[in-house]
Amino acid sequence: MAAPQDLTFREFEVAADLLAETPGATTISSLREPQGHVSLAADTGDQENGDLEENDQTQLLEGEKQPPNFWTFSYHQSFFDVDTHQVLERIKNSLLPLPSQNFVRHCLRHHPDLYGPFWICATLAFTLAVSSNLATLLQNWREASFSYSPQFHKVTVAGITIYCYAWLVPTALWGFLQWRKGVGERVGCYTFLEIVCVYGYSLFIYIPTVVLWLIPVSGLQWFLGVFAVSLSGAVLLLTFWPLVRSDTKVVSAVLLIVVIALHALLAIGCKFYFFQSLPSRSIPVTQAPLRQVTPPGSSKTSAAP
Amino acid sequence: MAEADDRTFLGLSDVSISEDIPVEGEITVPMASHSQDEDYSTLDEPVKETIIRDLKAVGKKFVHVMYPKKSNALLRDWDLWGPLVLCVSLALMLQGGSADSKEDGGPQFAEVFVIIWFGAVVITLNSKLLGGTISFFQSLCVLGYCVLPLTVAMLVCRLVLLAGMGPINFLIRLIVVIAMFAWSTLASTAFLADSQPPNRKALAVYPIFLFYFVISWMILTFTPH
Repeated sequence: MAAPQDLTFREFEVAADLLAETPGATTISSLREPQGHVSLAADTGDQENGDLEENDQTQLLEGEKQPPNFWTFSYHQSFFDVDTHQVLERIKNSLLPLPSQNFVRHCLRHHPDLYGPFWICATLAFTLAVSSNLATLLQNWREASFSYSPQFHKVTVAGITIYCYAWLVPTALWGFLQWRKGVGERVGCYTFLEIVCVYGYSLFIYIPTVVLWLIPVSGLQWFLGVFAVSLSGAVLLLTFWPLVRSDTKVVSAVLLIVVIALHALLAIGCKFYFFQSLPSRSIPVTQAPLRQVTPPGSSKTSAAP
Repeated sequence: MAEADDRTFLGLSDVSISEDIPVEGEITVPMASHSQDEDYSTLDEPVKETIIRDLKAVGKKFVHVMYPKKSNALLRDWDLWGPLVLCVSLALMLQGGSADSKEDGGPQFAEVFVIIWFGAVVITLNSKLLGGTISFFQSLCVLGYCVLPLTVAMLVCRLVLLAGMGPINFLIRLIVVIAMFAWSTLASTAFLADSQPPNRKALAVYPIFLFYFVISWMILTFTPH
């Protein structure tokens, strides 16, 4: 007669038996296809097994931890290993600068992803183009001479600007921090992808800001811009402060000021280029002939003592 | 007891075939030769039949997109003819828009083409990197076919714009484009969402939403001369 035990899952019984026989073994089970190996080390308190088994274990563990080749698919897949709730949590943390919570250490935890930066930048680029088109429409639809045009070139400009900011500035910052790490001893450095991740998520606040910039009240627009820059700038500052805290005061101050300045410059540049009102655009055209007239006159006057 | 066993054994031997009759027959499977004939026949068939069969496959997929049910036909036999036809017709219909200066106009043919194909490739890569189980070309096929409602919307918009511009005109176009955008997104989500891991469905669906939103925006902002 078949015992009730025969109806249970035999595989686990076999595995449990094997584990009981060799307590020093490591079991590996894959939680997620196709990658995501978790190695569960069984009780390795047995020191009598000798160096051979330990070498095998460490080799096995090292083989697991060895990063795959850059040209394989699974290498890039490791940067998209996030769940929905993780992405939402990272976005939320990029909006709240808490001094106790460093974005990189607390939120990313050595697990940067490229999903957030890439799609936040894409969304921001399209939102900028759409908002700017709508803002032009809202300002000028009452004028008789106005003819609506989609202004599709703004998508290209917005895309290039945002992606350059989100990738070139982290590259420069990472290079600078690596140099300081080489020069000084206690200056730490994040990995390149962690810096890209921080910058990508810090751009999230600009998406609602850009949408709200449609409201044609100038004071409100400036307030929203300043609010967005200060919020995400604070997150960036709090992220990079622990790294440069041990460096010289001049270098750390310059670095932090440059980070904030570039962030603000992005916001101001977008505001002026994409949300310019029509009358102010014509001013540079009328000023140019005046500039051409004055230089010959000024050179004559400067020669005279 | 042994005798009884012998008797049953002899009974069995009565049933067996005697050695005089030779055993012969064919071992070939009749089905194999039939399929071989079929393979040869598709080479020999007239071109019209091949084209009509492919057109029927494309047409069947169009029907699947317009009435999205959870069927595997779209995924199993993927083809890219439908997406190509839709993309080219959409890009052609988006031409002839207003252009004050060369810069200020709507998207050029190449821009529409690049946005649709490059966008579809990026979304497919994204869903594969997130751990989706769908193949590359299947995903491209689905995303391309689900542009069909938006192409219909573009056609309707162009017809409505023939009657002139105006606020009612704009409202009709807005409603049509929003409805078709929702239809496209829901259709492609119905086909693609199942292939994603359950805790990442939203991450895979959002880029699809963005993709069709951009195409809808291009259609809505189209203004003729």
